Amino acid sequence: MSDIVLETRGLTKRYGGVHALEDADFILRAGEHVAVVGDNGAGKSTFVRQVTAVEQKTSGQIFFDGREVEFADPLAAREAGIETVFQTLALADDLDVPSNLFLGRELFKWRFGPFSWLDRKAMRDRTLEALKTTAVKIPNVDNPIRNMSGGQRQCVSIARTAAFASKLVIMDEPTAALGVQETAQVENIIRGLKERGIPMILISHNLRQVFDLVDRIVVFRRGRIVASLNRDETDGNDIVSYITGVKGGADVADA
Amino acid sequence: MAQTTHGLGGLKYDPTKRTRAAEWNVFFALLLIVFIFEVLNRLNGSSFLFNMRDNVDAIFNKQRLDIMILQVAITGIIAIGVTQVIILGGIDLSSGSLVGATAMIVMSFAQTALVNGNPNPKAIFGDWAMDLPVIVPIVVGMGCGVLAGVVNGLLIAYTRIPPFIATLGMMVTARGVARWWSNGQPVSFPTESYSHLSNGDILGTLTFGALPWPGQNPAVVFVVLAILFHVLMTRTVYGKRSYAIGSNEAAARMSGINVDRHKVLVYTIAGCLAAVAAILLTSKNLTAQAGMGVMYELDAIAMAVIGGISLSGGRGSILGTVLGAMIFSTIISGFTSIRLDAYYQEMVKGAIIVAAVVLDQWRQRQRARG
Ligand SMILES: Nc1ncnc2c1ncn2[C@@H]1O[C@H](COP(=O)(O)OP(=O)(O)O)[C@@H](O)[C@H]1O
Ligand SMILES: [Mg+2]
Repeated sequence: MSDIVLETRGLTKRYGGVHALEDADFILRAGEHVAVVGDNGAGKSTFVRQVTAVEQKTSGQIFFDGREVEFADPLAAREAGIETVFQTLALADDLDVPSNLFLGRELFKWRFGPFSWLDRKAMRDRTLEALKTTAVKIPNVDNPIRNMSGGQRQCVSIARTAAFASKLVIMDEPTAALGVQETAQVENIIRGLKERGIPMILISHNLRQVFDLVDRIVVFRRGRIVASLNRDETDGNDIVSYITGVKGGADVADA
Repeated sequence: MAQTTHGLGGLKYDPTKRTRAAEWNVFFALLLIVFIFEVLNRLNGSSFLFNMRDNVDAIFNKQRLDIMILQVAITGIIAIGVTQVIILGGIDLSSGSLVGATAMIVMSFAQTALVNGNPNPKAIFGDWAMDLPVIVPIVVGMGCGVLAGVVNGLLIAYTRIPPFIATLGMMVTARGVARWWSNGQPVSFPTESYSHLSNGDILGTLTFGALPWPGQNPAVVFVVLAILFHVLMTRTVYGKRSYAIGSNEAAARMSGINVDRHKVLVYTIAGCLAAVAAILLTSKNLTAQAGMGVMYELDAIAMAVIGGISLSGGRGSILGTVLGAMIFSTIISGFTSIRLDAYYQEMVKGAIIVAAVVLDQWRQRQRARG
């Protein structure tokens, strides 16, 4: 099928004896927004780290954009078009907002290997543009982000992802540490991605948010995918019973 | 009042406040310290900065300033490298020993065959190594710096030995090389062209005599290198990567920066700068001994710390270190000027380093509290 953006087959990750992710079959289709839910330690972040090649999988296959991929590192995944907001913030606190947005993909005036000359104005302009389209308010982008609130820092991280989003966006608990207002802002960014037709995997504990935003909900439990349910055919109680293992203990649903 | 936004955990953030460049504080501290020593000297009827002798026609105390400038220049060149390493989140303890080893090796390629008509008292190699063109010792010296820096960098980046341990090993090894090479004797009497590296007048030559500054080439080199690396650290991706790695190495890695390769590059540059210092020092002194550069690594680290660098990485600047170097040298010369015993000077030096680190920790806690 050609409308499949991301597919994993038998994706497995073990840390020594810990089976963090077992035999995960997962499918994401074009334009689709899917939520991944599950208890703490269910393997959600582990799943993200395998797909984005932050870690190397123990076994299984990953298909992206119509072909099997073996990303060597996170940069390779990003260059293939996967933008990710990791659960632990991947920001450099001592750098300002443009430097963080363009970390690892700076714009240059001229290139000379590691001494390439930065195009600081272009990066600043495009940062302001990106923040505008995402409606994120950062008062002064030239300050190091160390001095910003948790919410603002998370917004920088999300703005970075949204600004560079091309083929797939993954967000691992993007609103876990945010206040009400900031959460609403992030949710708006996610809606914007949906409108732009960019597919997304959203990891969240917030079921209200999940039902508000996504098309389909995939439940992880103890390293396994135990359910994949269309939003319109399920409800909060149903999801919770999968998360807690009341349902789906034996017959594992296909993702 | 400025508008403040509140984030999670009551973190306050004032959007209108731009942090004043920390270097200003260091600069004011420098002025203050100079002023204090001037006052202390005046109490004895002498002066710290100014010429007080009637038989000399000069405004400033040239003798003292020359010593200070040379000290700032030589150790400052090392400190420029150390600064980059610390910003990267590392440390380099090997630079002082590297100066010693490089000095010994370089001088044995810079020797002249005849000293006042007599053969050179200690010829390390045979006749073939006498009176070589000046480029030979320079290339050999830079080779030493590159070698030591690359080894430091490879150990730290790829075997994941903590920088403290890796460069401590290099510190001991390089000093051993210096001792072995010298075998207890200094190597002296370089060629004229080699001695000209430090004792010539490059500024005067380059300005066609408009700005003569004989014997201060190390200071000229120091200024040029400081400007060069200031630009590299602030305007090129080299600096951006260094600050990013020092700030959050995991994030830098995830962003696709080749962290390991960059570390090797930075440690190599630090090694090269130590080698430059060794060349200028031997050229200035016309001799090399195995004990050259002892404790220079700590002086260089002290200069960086006084200049406002954070030992946990990610913060600091070349400009800060330049100012820190000037403060450091002012304090040492200041204590000499008020005839404080050398032993006390060492103790004071130690206290300054500790105080600067404590100040840095305190600043960080303040910042964390918001
Ligand atoms: N680097 C690691 N080493 C060992 N165990 C790990 C590591 N990372 C995660 N785990 C384990 O894998 C399991 C899944 O973790 P994680 O994917 O972070 O869960 P989630 O994101 O769903 O809360 C947990 O039991 C966790 O302790
Ligand atoms: Mg997680």
